[in-house]
Amino acid sequence: MVTIIPVLGALDPLALVRALPGNVSQGMIWGIMSIGVYLTFKILNFADLTVDGTMATGGAVAVMLILAGYHPVVAVIMACIAGMVAGFITGILHTVFGIPDILAGILTQIALYSVNLNITGGKANQAVSVDQFDLIVSLRYITSTIVVTAILTALIIAILYWFFGTEMGFTIRATGCNPNMSRAQGINTSVAKVIALIFSNGLVGLAGGLLAQYQGNCDVNMGRGAIVIGLASVIIGEVLGEAIFGNRLNFCGRLLFVVFGSIIYYIVISFVVWLGLPSIDMKLFSAIVVAIFLAVPYLKGKTKNSYRRAAKGGVR
Amino acid sequence: MLELRDVHKTFNIGTINEKKALNGVDLKLEEGDFVTVIGGNGAGKSTVLNAIAGVWPIDNGTILIDGENVTGLPEHKRASFLGRVFQDPMTGTTATMEIQENLALAARRGQRRGLKWGITKREKMQFHELLAKLDLGLEDRMTSKVGLLSGGQRQAITLLMATLKRPRILLLDEHTAALDPKTAAKVLALSDQIIEENHLTAMMVTHNMRDAIVHGNRLIMMNEGKIILDIRGEEKKKITVEDLLRKFEEISGEEFANDKALLG
Ligand SMILES: Nc1ncnc2c1ncn2[C@@H]1O[C@H](COP(=O)(O)OP(=O)(O)OP(=O)(O)O)[C@@H](O)[C@H]1O
Ligand SMILES: [Mg+2]
Repeated sequence: MVTIIPVLGALDPLALVRALPGNVSQGMIWGIMSIGVYLTFKILNFADLTVDGTMATGGAVAVMLILAGYHPVVAVIMACIAGMVAGFITGILHTVFGIPDILAGILTQIALYSVNLNITGGKANQAVSVDQFDLIVSLRYITSTIVVTAILTALIIAILYWFFGTEMGFTIRATGCNPNMSRAQGINTSVAKVIALIFSNGLVGLAGGLLAQYQGNCDVNMGRGAIVIGLASVIIGEVLGEAIFGNRLNFCGRLLFVVFGSIIYYIVISFVVWLGLPSIDMKLFSAIVVAIFLAVPYLKGKTKNSYRRAAKGGVR
Repeated sequence: MLELRDVHKTFNIGTINEKKALNGVDLKLEEGDFVTVIGGNGAGKSTVLNAIAGVWPIDNGTILIDGENVTGLPEHKRASFLGRVFQDPMTGTTATMEIQENLALAARRGQRRGLKWGITKREKMQFHELLAKLDLGLEDRMTSKVGLLSGGQRQAITLLMATLKRPRILLLDEHTAALDPKTAAKVLALSDQIIEENHLTAMMVTHNMRDAIVHGNRLIMMNEGKIILDIRGEEKKKITVEDLLRKFEEISGEEFANDKALLG
């Protein structure tokens, strides 16, 4: 305590407040990406690691198209389509060639690293300035960024809400929960998986296209660890949503809380940076946070239902 | 109707776990046949049903449904012909989806699934009526997640799902084995009722010899991947559990390796 107090005293609380709008806008862009992770991780029950590559692909495609004179909106749409292609490839690797889900995702992700460098003409980094181009989001215009991403997120949630209420959406939900039953009911589970991966990576590509505009450049490494951020958002959102709304939380609410999860994630990150955590330790910190969140439900279950407890005379 | 011609299946070929599960199965079902299937553990009963459903490709032989050769069709394509209920109540339904959504999935078996609503208002009314007939109070819980239901309730819903769209053949694989005796009897009675009302062709695997005698119009016994007994009509009605056990020992030359069968 004695040592902490002077340290805290030296910190400027206003700096934290000033960083807040930036955290929110960044969190909202990553929130779109996290919705993509939610589709595979939660609905399809598929740990898709493609997304680390897809995020950078989205960024690369968007920036290069903008530099080539295309409208930033067109660039983002193409980033989304590029993401869909990546998801399709992972889906084919998994369903047609029988490669386990995690490995299929890693293979695509690694391949995308080269693809992304090819897109950017061999450069690890390509800048796109908001002064030269009419970018739809930018960290220089945070309010408009928040408005744009909010509208986009609402649109995405509305489309997903509709889609998962359709016959095709039902097949994806059923496949994720019980593939054997799904086949017995005539569902082609391979097709369902591929469709879900296309949707998911499309959203990730789109988020990558937005993020590149937001930060004013694309970088081959901009997606590194994206899956961890996505999982963190999904889990934080879930814990929070269920704490507030319990079982009444419907599908729309869950998606919305994924975005909240992402915003909270960036606020927490900004907070620990403010506390003085070196930025090189950021990914270590993120991984630990996610590991804890993933472990807690399991360990909680264990305290209620453990061998050690059984040996002591059981649960009373 | 359904015809199996010389069906063979060996699992894990070329490994130390190699297991000949079906060893030349011939079977022909007539329209409206309700066949009960008995046999010891590992006799190949489930494997026959899985072969019909196309869970994996068979090694040899032919499977015809209504004269159509389905041997080369994958599982999800054969589903339009079949209704299935499994032993484990967890396997027949989707736990994270609502009761009515599960039924809606089954209502589209064999159809293309596009961008139309996954469930319609009219269906909800129809499902309400069907669930009310089960008399389990499920009609008032149509939006509950199936995961919240008991095994017996889930099995009743699976049965409903299997027959919602009239299947050419209903395959029941020990579908009451995991239930308590009272619930098992209820689900079995329900199966009888549904099969009768809809004049379905059905195969029911059971470990309970008495059930096998009482239900259906035909009984087959399996051993070591083969059908070793096939009786029907009066002959089946008159047979007793003791007769069946004796026949088994006669034909196979060993004792019936199944304790559960004697309990019935
Ligand atoms: N998917 C599989 N992979 C490997 N072996 C299998 C598979 N399915 C069945 N077998 C084996 O085939 C044999 C027949 O199994 P099957 O499940 O048909 O028996 P059963 O008659 O249904 O028995 P039970 O009464 O125990 O359910 C067994 O030796 C079993 O271990
Ligand atoms: Mg069996």
